[in-house]
Amino acid sequence: MSAPLLAVEGLDVEFATPAGTVHAVRGLGFALQPGETLGIVGESGSGKSQAMLALLGLLAANGRAQGRALFEGADLLALDEPALERVRGSRIAMVFQDPMTSLNPYLAVGRQMGLVLAAHRGVSGAAARRECAAALEAVGIPEPAHRLGRYPHELSGGMRQRVMIATALLCRPALLIADEPTTALDVTVQSQILALMQELRTRYGTAIVLITHDLAVVAGVADRILVMQQGACREEGPAEAIFRTPQHPYTRALLAAVPRLDRPATPLPPPRVQGGAPLLAAEALRVEFPVTEGRLAGRRRRLRAVADVSFALAPGEILGVVGESGCGKSTLGRALLALVPVAGGRVSFLGRDLTALAHAELQALRRDLQVVFQDPLASLDPRMTVRDIVAEPLDTFEPRLDEAMRTNRVAEMLTRVGLDPSHMNRYPHQFSGGQCQRVAIARALIMRPRVVVCDEAVSALDVSVRAQILRLLLELRRLLDLSLVFIGHDLAVIRQVSQRVMVMYLGRVMEIAPAEELFGAPRHPYTRALLAAAPLPDPALERGRLRAGLPGEPPSPLAPPSGCVFRTRCVWALARCAEQVPPLVRDGAGEVACLRAGEI
Amino acid sequence: MLRFTLQRLLTGIPALLVLVALAFFLIRAAPGGPFDTERQLSPEIEANLRRAYHLDEPLPLQFARYLGNLARGDFGPSFQYRDFTVTELIGAGFPVSLRVGGLAMLLAVLVGVAAGAFAALRQNRFADHAVMAAAMTGISIPNFVMAPLLVLGVAVGLGWLPAGGYGDGGWRHLLLPVVTLALPQIAYLARLTRASMIEVLRSPYIRTARAQGLPPRTIILRHALKPALLPVVSYLGPATAALITGSVVIEQIFGLPGIGRFFVNGALNRDYTLVMGVVVFYGALILAFNFLVDLVYGFLDPRIRHDT
Repeated sequence: MSAPLLAVEGLDVEFATPAGTVHAVRGLGFALQPGETLGIVGESGSGKSQAMLALLGLLAANGRAQGRALFEGADLLALDEPALERVRGSRIAMVFQDPMTSLNPYLAVGRQMGLVLAAHRGVSGAAARRECAAALEAVGIPEPAHRLGRYPHELSGGMRQRVMIATALLCRPALLIADEPTTALDVTVQSQILALMQELRTRYGTAIVLITHDLAVVAGVADRILVMQQGACREEGPAEAIFRTPQHPYTRALLAAVPRLDRPATPLPPPRVQGGAPLLAAEALRVEFPVTEGRLAGRRRRLRAVADVSFALAPGEILGVVGESGCGKSTLGRALLALVPVAGGRVSFLGRDLTALAHAELQALRRDLQVVFQDPLASLDPRMTVRDIVAEPLDTFEPRLDEAMRTNRVAEMLTRVGLDPSHMNRYPHQFSGGQCQRVAIARALIMRPRVVVCDEAVSALDVSVRAQILRLLLELRRLLDLSLVFIGHDLAVIRQVSQRVMVMYLGRVMEIAPAEELFGAPRHPYTRALLAAAPLPDPALERGRLRAGLPGEPPSPLAPPSGCVFRTRCVWALARCAEQVPPLVRDGAGEVACLRAGEI
Repeated sequence: MLRFTLQRLLTGIPALLVLVALAFFLIRAAPGGPFDTERQLSPEIEANLRRAYHLDEPLPLQFARYLGNLARGDFGPSFQYRDFTVTELIGAGFPVSLRVGGLAMLLAVLVGVAAGAFAALRQNRFADHAVMAAAMTGISIPNFVMAPLLVLGVAVGLGWLPAGGYGDGGWRHLLLPVVTLALPQIAYLARLTRASMIEVLRSPYIRTARAQGLPPRTIILRHALKPALLPVVSYLGPATAALITGSVVIEQIFGLPGIGRFFVNGALNRDYTLVMGVVVFYGALILAFNFLVDLVYGFLDPRIRHDT
């Protein structure tokens, strides 16, 4: 084996905080061979990002790193700032999670790239522009010369991340550190970016450190995997070994917590009450938002967020709603709760049309319709105690409750969601993300609602916490006879928790079918593409898979394609798909909106 | 772009109308009138004067008449400075006010932004604390206190500069008023720039720039300065208003023949037309400046360009 490109020994990272020293990384060591891909996996707070930032001298001002990190003959941790500047961006480049905030919104793409070329290679002017355009072309950006003058907000999420990668590779670094590079992207775009990184690695021989919380992401691309927990390395080895024969209990727990998209879910326990009239129903539901382009003098247009959506939710049912960002799934959730005005169609709860109700009547119904949002910390008022947060619905619907009863009800609910009732006088920031989500669930359930809309309720949580919260939701659903609308973008999670699944694209329903049917035998081309794009936490399967992938990204909802909205990305599209909006028709146990569903 | 300009001009008109109406009725609501002098005028003469200037008509009619004249660009005659129209007075005073105000603005932006950026780069170190302490002092001292202090120190004590007067309009006469006018703005701009620069330096795209190995100079000048200046630019509209109100006091203290002095004298003597003229003129100026700021803002921030 040749000399390693990067050898890290005994890396310690500490942060001096007012509350004392925080050890973010303890004694981390690993070696990376030239051209190798190392996946560093860990949950939030495991120190995986801080370890890499420490190598490049990019820690926050209160951070300190110790240890050794030999890279191309020099100890990175011993280099002074000017010497580090020569390494950063030139020999070691970095790509970050959110390409919208990681690119400077005030500078054209070409300028940002040009600054890197000027700093490291002294190239400027027309030569620099040529090189930047070539770099954009290499990462699959069409019309590269034209894009140089574009600003980040004018590009799609996937395009932005391609720009980040192109910029990182401008100086042909020996090492590329990618910190959650696909976490902010949709699953189809994620698979494009992962494929691109693979391809570039083969072409340029760049070694890659891929930092992620998602085991499925590293399964297909990493040669070796390092599992971190609480700042320390728990296990390191070849990807196959980590997945097949994990040694450390933490690795095993992590793998067990990953929901599997490629396996049938453990059958959900049936609800205690079954059948009966639909609880919640949407009929030809349409939601539109007025959009003004330009600040003051723009054209006013209507963005159709939800178009012609119909379905019925049976008592005790769990309906999963999936789709990529901008497909209208969250807007649908809000429309079901009468939180956004409806432009057409109707939503009915127990046969009463929510869109026609007076404010007071609607208010009274709200005790039966509750919601849990994605970001647990943002959806809890930071200035209220957990007791007041959970009791807020009680204050609205049972204002005459005396203080002792109120406290009792809150304590009972907190125990139900697995929190210690003696903590009820604390504030949200004193709880972890998972605990905050339990508080949000307690608030949603305290009035014993009939329907709960979970809008990406577990998306912001770590894998192991997510598994706990999902278990809790399923348990409570049975105990309290809830019906759930479970909105998410993670297909594996949806498969685990849903009985029926609805797939949305550009505001329309593409397919709706029982979960096992939809995942086992998807009928709509879009459902198939989504399933094909989602990575599986299994190296052997991932490498053996043919990544056909879905090309491009969804078109703007302001100008949806005519006919079938999916046709512009569909491999089966024919001329007639542009002329007719395919109706949702029964097919097997489900319904599909595709003119060619029968043929494919 | 053209549409945006037109729209802004059109929305400026009602704003100006409200201003005119407020000023018109407020000054007439104030006790006393333009012809109250120490020497008692005979009732006939006063009645004649009032008739000559249409002050005997009902208020709404006077207002309509004023608006009509205004639409033709006629500010009317001054009641106080007989033989002069308000337009002539503004025309005489504005070059002086513009010169003092413009120089003060320039000085405030240059020194304020530089001091703020400097403090941000040395955040929480001695230089930062020193600049911020000075800025706090600058904000706390009103200019009608600062002006006499400077006059006492620099003009009377050291005898380096004249204590007042405009003279030939050279720098010796301008320095003290300009500095006095600029000081609070320098202080405010320094604080504003520091805060926004610190915020920008914490943003993910600056981390990206550092990860790209760019030298600090490039990061500050190419990546951080433009976004850090956005709040500064949006403050320039209110800053003009502050300079104009400040100049009213400063011109009085330093005895400069600018509009501010006419304004004060006009208000004291109930010179209705003069006060109205200055209010409308400055109102239009502030509206125009805010419009300019919006244009510059759009130029700096590509996400709110006004084309399409």
